[in-house]
Amino acid sequence: MAGYIFKRLLSAIPVLFGITLIVFLIMAMIPGDPATAILGSYATPENVAKLNRDLGLDAPLWQRYFIWLGNMLQGDFGRSFALNRPVLDEVIERFNATLILAGTAFILCSLLGVIAGVVSAARQYGFADKAITFAVLLGISIPSFFLGMMMVLLFAVNLKWLPVSGMYAIYGGGDLPDLIRHLIMPATALSVVAIGVIARLSRSAMLEVLRQDFIRTARAKGVHEFGVIWRHALKAAMVSIIPVLGIQAGFVLSGAVYIEMVFQWPGVGRMLVDAILKRDILLVQGGVVFVAACYVLFNIIVDVAQSMLDPRIKT
Amino acid sequence: MTRRTLLAVGTASVLAFSAQSFAQTPENVLIVGQIAEPKALDPAAVTAVNDFRILMNVYDGLVRYQSGTLEVEPALATDWEISDDGKVYTFKLRDGVTFHDGSDFNAEAVKFNFDRMLKEDHPYHDTGPFPLSFFFSAVQDVEVVDPMTVKFTLDAPYAPFLSNLAYPTGLIVSPEAVKAHGKEFGRNPSGTGPFKFAEWKSNERVVVERNDDYWDGTAQTEAIVFRPITDANTRTAEMLAGGIDLMVEVPPVALSQFEGDGYNLVEQAGPHVWFLILNAKEGPFADKRVRQAANYAINKQAIVDDVLEGTAAVAAGPTPPAFAWAYNESLEPYPYDPEKAKALLKEAGAEGAELTFYVTEGGSGMLDPVAMGTAIQADLQAVGLDVKIETYEWNTFLGQVNPGLEGKADMAEMAWMTNDPDTLPYLALRTEAWPDKGGFNSGYYSNPEVDELLEAARASTDQAERAKLYQQMQTIVQEDAPWVFVANWKQNAVTSSRVENFELQPSFFLLLKDVSKK
Repeated sequence: MAGYIFKRLLSAIPVLFGITLIVFLIMAMIPGDPATAILGSYATPENVAKLNRDLGLDAPLWQRYFIWLGNMLQGDFGRSFALNRPVLDEVIERFNATLILAGTAFILCSLLGVIAGVVSAARQYGFADKAITFAVLLGISIPSFFLGMMMVLLFAVNLKWLPVSGMYAIYGGGDLPDLIRHLIMPATALSVVAIGVIARLSRSAMLEVLRQDFIRTARAKGVHEFGVIWRHALKAAMVSIIPVLGIQAGFVLSGAVYIEMVFQWPGVGRMLVDAILKRDILLVQGGVVFVAACYVLFNIIVDVAQSMLDPRIKT
Repeated sequence: MTRRTLLAVGTASVLAFSAQSFAQTPENVLIVGQIAEPKALDPAAVTAVNDFRILMNVYDGLVRYQSGTLEVEPALATDWEISDDGKVYTFKLRDGVTFHDGSDFNAEAVKFNFDRMLKEDHPYHDTGPFPLSFFFSAVQDVEVVDPMTVKFTLDAPYAPFLSNLAYPTGLIVSPEAVKAHGKEFGRNPSGTGPFKFAEWKSNERVVVERNDDYWDGTAQTEAIVFRPITDANTRTAEMLAGGIDLMVEVPPVALSQFEGDGYNLVEQAGPHVWFLILNAKEGPFADKRVRQAANYAINKQAIVDDVLEGTAAVAAGPTPPAFAWAYNESLEPYPYDPEKAKALLKEAGAEGAELTFYVTEGGSGMLDPVAMGTAIQADLQAVGLDVKIETYEWNTFLGQVNPGLEGKADMAEMAWMTNDPDTLPYLALRTEAWPDKGGFNSGYYSNPEVDELLEAARASTDQAERAKLYQQMQTIVQEDAPWVFVANWKQNAVTSSRVENFELQPSFFLLLKDVSKK
């Protein structure tokens, strides 16, 4: 097992190396430079040249790449031009916020999606099934940012039940209930589409399982219908539901970008959008590399966990 | 757990979490909705109006703009003398002023500020970069005459010097705080202003508290909280829900939401001009008649009323009326007259000419560039010009336009906000300001008379004299029509009715000292 983990970690190195190269080249290729973005109307060639020199952007491309890479290997991601603070501080803070939002949304969509799918399958063609199918179709069809805006209008502006935006209250907040109040709308808006997708797939997975012989056997043996559905059938259906959950986790994380914009959630998605618009090169590069490294690490953990459960995967 | 209990628990928890009312912001604390997270609270290091809005409440400069105008008055300097050749400025400083960190304000502090920004060998020059330091590039030397007198020597007469001192780049920071915090000074600011820095939580808020020792009367509110809310719709929603007391840059489409009781809508024309650069070097716009035709053909009133919902006024010439002292009142905007435009085009033989038009998607001061560009295209088509739009993202757009339009385009959108009537024409209308010479004259306009007037105005230290020169320049430029003069933006803001005494300044700075809140 230790050998396998080591091999996986080793194989991650070229991947991460490739990512640094790609993100560096993309930032070098897109038109517009940080000095022009900072100076705006005042970006005369002379001022731009001077500011680029002050920012250390006048060195040749390859030199800048290796300086950046070398610093990063020593844990120094550099300083953001636009925010004037260390890149790593900003990225970790923002990534944390995104994890809270996306994590909540993921739990929400997994639970509600699977429950809706199971109920739907258990009452096939019944009222509950039709109602859920309709709701699911609606959920899949509404763009999440639009739903978010409508929720703000209803629950925050008109009913004044929930705060419009942000992660904590400006005054007297900062505790867990405060965080939850701020989480309700963005997490819901972010999970709605995923709930729909998961519900649909769970329904069909369940329907397939419910037609199998062991379910008939269970029923014949007199197992309570509740037990048949939630214990025997769901357990079998989970085999095909879990990969879908994995895909949806990625979907929720990337969808967080829009939701973070609508709700001013201080997450890493919004950070990257702002940073790209401001040509904040080091923040974009550092942010992408950090997020990519986390993805790679998650993947390794998942693979290792799977190989522990199923030794065949190791080959 | 049955479904019913689940439902009940869910409802109960929603009610519990929403029990607190969000409509009420605390008394005597003003919550301001900003458009972005500030970069730093170091006035020498920032460039964005958004950051200036905070800084103007934490720092003072040697001089400042008189409320409601763009004319300078004393602030940290009580008095000054300008030498006859316009090169030496001697300032008497205000006695008894201390920085928020307790250190004294004096001539040494002033010298430290400008040396830090301008001298590459200064021990704290590395606390930069200082992107707008060229505002003071004329400064050759800053000399401490006595503890309360400081002398600036310029390399050439430079009339905008005083108004540049009133600009945020000229605000005075505490040398002791810079020494103590180094590169982190921007997050640990200390000035002499009516509010002192209290807290900065990234992406959530910047809090400043009342400075009880302020030299010019203490502020009305105990504290101000600046919240960054990038999305205009979200900012509007926060205002409607009562999460903020004051919001700047209300999107035109949201204005109607704030017309009723409970809100005050404030607007103020500023030193902003939105125009089209015309390529006067080649193609149809090399002919003055065609440039004038474009000015007649575009229905500016319709753009201002319908696209911008009245958040701007029609521009008459290159200088915004906000520079009241330098503005030529006799200028009338080009009237909307498509027939005259057609006649001029016929005369110039430019009927049916094909034009490439650079449009940007957004950008500082650009208002609603895509919708405005489309309206302009339609107006020009109506008089028989064939306009092809090319749209670029802002930074890419600047990269296309600033090096000059030659060989690429016939016209481009542009907007400027400045603090002195000198800045824009000097950087964008002189022959010496063509892109290859390092300026912003991307349309290659050239008129020796205009060049002379601008040089003379810059060298003069007499405001009445300068005013006359600028007014002459405006008449000539309007007639030559190197640009299509489109709009002057009116900045707007909304406050809740709990907020009193709020007004916007023509400088577009946000001055909150005298604002109170119930």
